[in-house]
Amino acid sequence: MFEVLFIGLSLTSVLLLIALGLSITYGAMGVINMAHGELVMIGAYTAVLAGIHLGFNIFLSLPLAFVVAALVGLLIERVVIRRLYGRIIDTLLATWGVAIILQQLIRLEFGLTFFGISIEGLGPGLQNMRVPTFMMEPFDLMGLSIQPYRTFILCVTILLTALTWYLVYRTAIGVQVRAIMRNPQMAAACGIDVRRVSALTFAYGSGLAGVAGVLLAGFRTVMPEMGATVVVDGFLVVVVGGVGSLLGTILSSALLGQINGIVSVFSNDIIARAVVFGVVIAIILWRPRGLFSFKSR
Amino acid sequence: MSNNRRNFLKQSAAYGATAALGPGLWASAARAESEIDVGVLFSLTGGLSIVEQSLADATLMAIDEINAAGGVMGKKLNPIVEDGASDARTFNERASKLVLRDQVPTVFGCYTSASRKAVLPIFERRNNMLFYPTYYEGFECSKNVVYTGAVPNQQLSNYIPWIINTLGKKKFFIVGSNYIYPREMAKVSKILIEQNGGEWVADEYLELGHSEWGAMVSRIKSSGCDVVLSNVVGDSVIAFYREFRNQGLTHDQLPICATVTSEIEIAAMGAEVAAGSFTSFPYFQAIDTTANNDFVERYRRFVDDSSAVTQHALECSYFQVYLWKQAVEKAGEVTPDAIREGIKGQTFDAPNGKVTVDGENLHTFLTPRIAQWGGDGQGEIIDEYPEPIKPLPYVAYGETDGDLFCSAAGLDSSRL
Repeated sequence: MFEVLFIGLSLTSVLLLIALGLSITYGAMGVINMAHGELVMIGAYTAVLAGIHLGFNIFLSLPLAFVVAALVGLLIERVVIRRLYGRIIDTLLATWGVAIILQQLIRLEFGLTFFGISIEGLGPGLQNMRVPTFMMEPFDLMGLSIQPYRTFILCVTILLTALTWYLVYRTAIGVQVRAIMRNPQMAAACGIDVRRVSALTFAYGSGLAGVAGVLLAGFRTVMPEMGATVVVDGFLVVVVGGVGSLLGTILSSALLGQINGIVSVFSNDIIARAVVFGVVIAIILWRPRGLFSFKSR
Repeated sequence: MSNNRRNFLKQSAAYGATAALGPGLWASAARAESEIDVGVLFSLTGGLSIVEQSLADATLMAIDEINAAGGVMGKKLNPIVEDGASDARTFNERASKLVLRDQVPTVFGCYTSASRKAVLPIFERRNNMLFYPTYYEGFECSKNVVYTGAVPNQQLSNYIPWIINTLGKKKFFIVGSNYIYPREMAKVSKILIEQNGGEWVADEYLELGHSEWGAMVSRIKSSGCDVVLSNVVGDSVIAFYREFRNQGLTHDQLPICATVTSEIEIAAMGAEVAAGSFTSFPYFQAIDTTANNDFVERYRRFVDDSSAVTQHALECSYFQVYLWKQAVEKAGEVTPDAIREGIKGQTFDAPNGKVTVDGENLHTFLTPRIAQWGGDGQGEIIDEYPEPIKPLPYVAYGETDGDLFCSAAGLDSSRL
């Protein structure tokens, strides 16, 4: 039974990791960020490249990927998204375009392939990030088999969730973010620099995606298309949890992760996927605004 | 009005036909002197390009070598390279272009079954020839395709008995990606497992590209199996082997025996994760013969990459051009019909050893081999058939050496 719950728990942590950044960009800013999966991908490629060219291990790659993805996110916000606040459908299309551009940049090695230059770790092929050996060997703890890598993901997820909670609910900038979520015009009228705070928020959400990418790289395949499935999972969690609610995001990833884990262990993964989608549809029918929600802009 | 319109349509159709045929006719008249055009059709862009580009390279390398040695019947080969763009519809369009406009007598190409099925009607309707270099699921019998890759019996008929008798493993967990190839492979495996006194405890599938293997690996762990037979393809393979390792399973106790995990996937997952597992293919880069070492060396020089890997479909892409050359020389003319007659029974010393095209079903005799992967990403050949074995594309439905469903006369569909 522990094993089943642990699988559910590790699925939960992966979902939460992906959704955390998205719940901020989508929830707090009303941007349907289709490029979120690609920011995850950029985090993964940062880890692969840093591993190959700088000899970084996973622990050094984590902060690096956060910074790289946050900078890319900041750039996307500055160039595209800030012109589209309040136009939710337009953000969907625009960020989808950004997603395609990012994918192709990796696949074409930033265009260097046209000049016959090739960088190891980029290109259309499959990549992987090395995981230290001690993180691959499971060990016994009180009769339970513990998988270090999955446990590590779990710990990082808890840490990041706590950090995000602290930032949003216990700091001055968090108060500003929440004010903008509720009513951007009123927030601006109270002297909050909405543009600056929004840009920083978006960069932070993107940075979280980058961290998720590094952790996913340890057990998934790294390739230019890896973001496509990731973004679907992320939106499922955020929509079920309720837009803009951190608690909702946590609970809905736990719910979906455990359902997925339990059903897939006792029947199979394809049925589990179908059950998860069924639950999502039921919840949206029952509570169109998600499990936890408040009136927002 | 309608009359006018009909006339207009007729005229434009006539112009269109002239425009389409004109250059084609002219070109075929001009090239008859010194060159033979052949089509090369693989995905050079898109998701599949990583593998297919290497197949195109191997084909072009063979053409280069043949030209350097004087060509075919004194004529140089002129490859017309088209890009299938990892998309079945594009494959269809490009194949039409090669067959109709360029009027090539043969196309070398296609990697996935989806792309082959997409171009097949063109080759059958226009009576042209496709040389197809990939291992595939069988269940096809076309007189317009020469299949040079392995069919299920050539990957499994030595593999399953070897797993049961030599490895001493009897309880199989069969796992695959959810589409036709793994399902046909599983069908053949089950027949062979039962014939050899083993049993299978599960037969499970995951969608293509699935990357969350936690639950599946835990089911493998608790199933009581002692060997995993994997027909998982593509990027899922990497996530699978990694999760296998992460959950503490080792290839010593519970080996993964794969049918499609080639040098490419091993390199992508990191060799240490796969070390100790097995794969069955007729060709491995590690085949230690002068012929193969030379081949690998030449290929690396041709693509200008000193660490390029070779694998089964790549080797087939290479030797099938030579088989084609011999067929043309035997037939004495370069038409699809002559090539089909000429290719029957052709034998060539390929990098993996002797290969022969079967006169009945146009598939190829290949030598099954089993390799164990080492920490360096290379396989060590630990078992090989004494000789090439006969290809049986319908083995899952009861086809045997003495009782062919697919023959030169066509498919005997009453047997299915």
